Amino acid sequence: MDNPALAPERQLDATTIDEATAYLQSEYAGAVTADDREGYQGVIIDRARLVEIARVIRDDLGFDYLSSATAVDYLGAGDHMEMVYHAYRTSGGGALVFKAQADRENTEIPSLVSVWSGADFQEREAWDLMGIRFPGHPNLKRILMWEGFHGHPLRKDWREAYYEEEQKPFDSRWPGGHVHRAEEKNVFGKNVSYPPEIDLNRLMDTSESAVYQSLGLGVDVERIMDKDGFETNELVVNMGPHHPSTHGVFRMVLTVDGETVTSLEPVMGYLHRNHEKIGERNTYLHNIPFTDRLDYISSMGNNHGYVLAVEQLMSMGRRYNPPTYRCEALRVMMVELSRIVNHLWAIGFWLNDIGAFFTPVLYFVQERERILDFFEAVAGSRMMCNYMRFGGLFADLPERIKSVSNLTNDRVRDYNTMQFLTEMINERIPRTIDDLERLLTQNEILLERSIGVGVLSRDDAINYSAAGPLLRGSGVAYDIRRAEPYSIYPELDFDVAVEEEGDMYARYRVRVAELRESVRILKQILPRLEATAGESIWADGKPGAYAPRIPHGEAYGRVENGKGELGYYLVSAGGRGGSANPWRYHVRAPSFINLTPMGIMSRGYKVADIVGILGSIDIVLGETDR
Amino acid sequence: MELNLQELNQTEFPVPAELENNIAITSLSQLYNWGRRNSMWPMLFGLACCAIEMIATAASRFDFSRFGFEVMRATPRQADLMIVSGTVTKKMVVPIVRLYNQMPEPKYVLAMGACASGGGPFKEGYNVVSGMDKYLPVDVYVPGCPPTPQALLYGMIALQRKIDGQSIANGDDVPWYGVGTAEPTPVPVLGADIIDPRQMDMIRRQAEAAANNAPAIGARELPAITQVAVTRTAVESAAVAEAAPVSSDALTFELPTGGVPWTEAEDIREKRRLRALARKALRATRRAAEEE
Amino acid sequence: MYGTGLAKGLLLTLRHFVESYADDIRYGFRKYHHSTDNFAIRQGTKTKGVITVQYPDEKVAVPERFRFLPFLIVEDEDHPTRAGKDWCTSCGICAKVCPPQCIWIVRGSDPNTGRPVPDPEAFFIDIDICMNCGYCAEYCPFDAIKMDHDYELASYNRTTHHIHDKKRLSKPNSYWRGIAPTRAYEEMLARGTWEHKDAAKEARRGTASSRSQPPRPASAQPAVAEAAAASEASAPAEATAPAPSVEGATPWSEDDAKREERRRKALERKARRAAKRGTAF
Repeated sequence: MDNPALAPERQLDATTIDEATAYLQSEYAGAVTADDREGYQGVIIDRARLVEIARVIRDDLGFDYLSSATAVDYLGAGDHMEMVYHAYRTSGGGALVFKAQADRENTEIPSLVSVWSGADFQEREAWDLMGIRFPGHPNLKRILMWEGFHGHPLRKDWREAYYEEEQKPFDSRWPGGHVHRAEEKNVFGKNVSYPPEIDLNRLMDTSESAVYQSLGLGVDVERIMDKDGFETNELVVNMGPHHPSTHGVFRMVLTVDGETVTSLEPVMGYLHRNHEKIGERNTYLHNIPFTDRLDYISSMGNNHGYVLAVEQLMSMGRRYNPPTYRCEALRVMMVELSRIVNHLWAIGFWLNDIGAFFTPVLYFVQERERILDFFEAVAGSRMMCNYMRFGGLFADLPERIKSVSNLTNDRVRDYNTMQFLTEMINERIPRTIDDLERLLTQNEILLERSIGVGVLSRDDAINYSAAGPLLRGSGVAYDIRRAEPYSIYPELDFDVAVEEEGDMYARYRVRVAELRESVRILKQILPRLEATAGESIWADGKPGAYAPRIPHGEAYGRVENGKGELGYYLVSAGGRGGSANPWRYHVRAPSFINLTPMGIMSRGYKVADIVGILGSIDIVLGETDR
Repeated sequence: MELNLQELNQTEFPVPAELENNIAITSLSQLYNWGRRNSMWPMLFGLACCAIEMIATAASRFDFSRFGFEVMRATPRQADLMIVSGTVTKKMVVPIVRLYNQMPEPKYVLAMGACASGGGPFKEGYNVVSGMDKYLPVDVYVPGCPPTPQALLYGMIALQRKIDGQSIANGDDVPWYGVGTAEPTPVPVLGADIIDPRQMDMIRRQAEAAANNAPAIGARELPAITQVAVTRTAVESAAVAEAAPVSSDALTFELPTGGVPWTEAEDIREKRRLRALARKALRATRRAAEEE
Repeated sequence: MYGTGLAKGLLLTLRHFVESYADDIRYGFRKYHHSTDNFAIRQGTKTKGVITVQYPDEKVAVPERFRFLPFLIVEDEDHPTRAGKDWCTSCGICAKVCPPQCIWIVRGSDPNTGRPVPDPEAFFIDIDICMNCGYCAEYCPFDAIKMDHDYELASYNRTTHHIHDKKRLSKPNSYWRGIAPTRAYEEMLARGTWEHKDAAKEARRGTASSRSQPPRPASAQPAVAEAAAASEASAPAEATAPAPSVEGATPWSEDDAKREERRRKALERKARRAAKRGTAF
C-alpha cells in the first residue's frame, strides 16, 4: 500500500483475511457475525451499521477496491434477500466477503455509494432485477430494464412469459418431445405477459420527453427542448442506441454547454438478454456456452473464469482432482490468444472512433482471422469457442489443422498445429504489434487527439471499481494474474503493464504493452505444451459427467480478462449431495462496471472526445447488459 | 465478384448469331432487378455477437463489397438493407422499428443468426423478442449461432437471388410504386411489458377479463391488427403465419425438408419465362390467323 | 520533427500495398491464382497482403472439428444388416445437455407391448434456438448425433424451414466419415468398432452362439478412402490403418452376470439418491 491517504493504520491493512474478519467480529460484536452456512465464507453485517463498518473495511483494513456487489434471493431458504460484497486490496491478496440481509418484502439495505462509488451501477442493477431499495443512493432507478416494467425479474418467484419449469432439463423434451414453439403457448403469440392491473391509457405516450423521462438527467429536458423558450445555454444530445461508435447498442445522453459536456448519463439494457435468469435455470454445464456470449470478442476468457468458479465449488466436495498441467497450459494459451484478439479489436475500434477510418481495423481484423482459424480448428467455432470444461477441456490440440472438402468449391488447408502456432507466436503476432506501433504510437494526430483526454485519476479509478487497462492506465498496477494468481500464472514470467497518466493514450499504451506481455507468455507456453504432449487433459483421466452435482456453498471466481476483472459469483444449493443447477449465478462484468466512471471521465471534454473516451474504456455490450 | 453483364442477356427473343456479343436484349424487370441487387447498401448497425461476424464479413478477408453491398451506412436514410445481427431485445426493438420506418423503399431485412430469426438461445428470456419477424417483414433468414462470414455471404446472395425472381409488373414485388403513401410499421411501446399496437385490442380484452376475475382467454387467436399499416404482403403473410394457431400435430407432419433457398426464386423466373413464351406463341398464332 | 510519426505510419500503409504484390511475385504468381494447391499458402501464416476469399467461387473448407447444426447418423444404405437404421437409441442425453433446450425427442415404443424401444419415433431440432455448442455430439454415448459442416442454410421462410425433423436431420454414416475422417477414426478407437455399439453387440452374440456370422472389422474402409480421395485431401494415414480387433478392452465384452450385477447396483444407487433428494437445503 503506497497511498497513505487511503490507509492510515499500517498494522491493520496488512492483516490476513482471517485476521481482518476476526478483528471486525471483536470490534463490532453484535453487528458482525461470521457466516457459518456450509461452504460459505466471510461475515454478515447488521444492515443498520453497514455503511459505518464498510468505511472501516475500506480505510482501516485497507480493502479499498470493491470488486463485486450483488444480491441473492433466498426464497425458501430463510426467506431473505442478501447483498454480497467482495472487497479486495489493490496491493493484492484475497477477498473480504461481507453480506447484509433484509426481508424479502420492502427490502431496504443502505447504499454503499458514499463509500465505494463503484457500487453505483451494481446497486441499481440489484434494485432493477431484485427489487432491493438502497436508501442513500443518489440515483436509484432501473438500469437494464425500462422504467415501468412490471416486477423484478431475478426474484425467484418472478416468472417470465415463456416460463416452462424451474430448472433445466425440461420434461417436455424427452421422452414425449412433441415439438412446439414457445410462442404457440402464449396468448399473444409473443414473449410477453401483462400484469392484471395493467393501465392501458398510460401506454401510448410517444412524445419527445418520453424518450428522456425516467433518466433522471438532473436537467429539465422539457425546458431545454422547448423551442419557444430559446434557451441556448444547455442542450441535450442523445447518442445511441443506434450509433456507429457506441460499440453496439449503447446509449449516452449528454448535456452539453456549447461543445463542452456538462454531464453524461449512460443508458444501457438494450442488449439485456437475461443471462443470469437463464443461467439459474440452466445446469452448471449448460452455462459454459452461454458465457461465450458475454464478452463475445474473447470467449475463451469467459469460459476460464466460469470453470474456475465452478472448480472452486467442486473442490469443497469429496473426490476432487485439480486440472492437469497440460490442461492449465492450454487454458492459459487460449486465454492469452483471446486477449490478443481482444486488444487488437479494442485498439482498432478506438482508432476508428477518433478518426483513423477503418485502415487499422482492417489490418487487425486480418490478424484476428488467423487466430480465429486456430480456434475454429481446435474448439470448433470461430467466436463461440465453448472450449473449457470442469476439470478439463473439450479436446486436446489436434495434430493437424486440417479441413475436408464438403461443399462445392471448398478449398482445403492442412497445417501442422504446433508449426502453425509457433509461426503465429514467433513471427506473425509480434510483426503485427510492431506494425501497430509504427503506424500509430508516434502519430502526431493520435497524440494530440488522445493525450490529456478522458483523464481518470488514480484514486477515482480505485474508488469507481475500474478494472483492466482502465485501472492500470491510471497508475494502479493491479492485475489479477499477479494480485491473486490462478492457473499456472505464478510460474510464468511477465510484467504488469501500467501507465501513470490516466488518459486515453495511457490506456492505449497499456494495451500495447499487454499485447507484448501476452506474446511473452505464449512463448513460454509453447515448450510447456511440447513437454506435456500426450498427457491427459482431464483431471480424472476421463471426460467429466454431463450433469455434475456441485457441492453446497458459494464461490467467486475471477480472472483478468481482456476488458478487466471478470468475476462469477455462484451459489450452489440443494441437498447434501449438492445440486446440478446454480441457485444464484452472477457475472461481475468489467464492461458494465467500467462504465461507472464514464460520467466523471467525460465531464468538461468536447462532444467529439466522448466516442474516443468510450472506445478507450473498451466495452462490449454482451457483457455490459448481459 | 465482377458484374456479369452476360446474365442480363437472358431473353427468349432470337438474336442473330453474328450479333450475339454486340447487343443485349433484356426485359425491364431484369434490368431493374440487376440494378437493385447490385447496389444494396447495408446499414451500419450491430446488435450483438453476430455483429462481430458481420464486421468480419465486411473486412478484407470476405469482403461483401464484391457483391455490391458496397459500403455500410450509419444512417437509415442511405441504407437499403437492414442486417439484424444479433439478439433483439424488447428494449431495442422500439428503435429498430423506428429505424426501419426511416429507411427508403425498396428496403430489405436480413435476419442474421438464430436470435434475429427466432429468439435463439436467449429466447426464453423475459427481455428477448422471439424473432425479428414478430415486428418487421424479414426477407432472408440466416441460421447459425453465429453464422460464419461465409454463411452470411450465402444469405446475402440468397437475397440477391430473391430480388432476381421479382418482376416490376407484379404489384406485390414492387409495392413502393403503389397508390398512396406507405404507412409506417407501428412502433411498439414499452409499458408493463412490450406492447405491439397491432395487438392493442387483444391486450385490452385480456386486461378486462383479468379485471373481472375471469380466466385469461386461453385459446390462441389471431392478433387483431388495429392499424392496417403494412403495404407489403410479405408482412401480412409473415405475421399471419407466425400468429396462426398451429397445433403440434400439424407441425409434426407438414415440415418440408428444406432445400436450396433460391430454387424457388428460379422457379418463379422460369414460370414467368414460360408464360411470356406462351403469350408470344399465342400472339404469333393470332397474327398468322389474321394474315390468313 | 513534427510529422515524422505520421509519415512513418503512411509508409507502413504503402508497404502493405507493395507487399501484396511482392508476395505475389515471390510465389511466382501462383498465390492469387484460383487453384487448390495455392489456397493453403494464401490463407496460411506466411502470407502477406491480400487474403480475400472469393467466396462463391472458392470457399474456405471448415476444419474437422467445426460445428454448425446437429445431424443424426443413420447407417449406410449398403450396410448388410442395419441399412437405413438410426444410430440414435433415443436415450435423451442430448436433450438433457442441450443448453437452450432445442432438441425434442419422441421415444419409440413397441406397438404391441407399449414398452419403450431404443429407436426414436420423432426427433426435432429447432435451429432458431440451437446455439451450435456441440454438447449433443460431445455427450452422445452412441456417436449418433454429430455437428454438421454445411453452413449454407439461408432460407426465405423460417416457419417451414427452421424446425428440422428426423427426415431432414438424418444423414448417412459415410457422410460423417467423409467430412471428419480423423474424428470418425478416433471415435472408432474409443468404441472399438466401426459399427454401432449395438451392432457390435449383436454380432458378438451371433458369433458366440452359432459362429455363423464373421465379424466385419474393416467394412467401412473403402468408404473412408473414397471420401478422402473425393475431398482432394490427402487421406489421413491413420484412417487407412486396419481397425483394431473387436475383442478385448470393450465394456461389453464382460459376461451377462457381471452386467446384471452392475445394473442392479446402479438401480440401488438411484433409489438412494432419490430418497436423499427430498432434503432441500
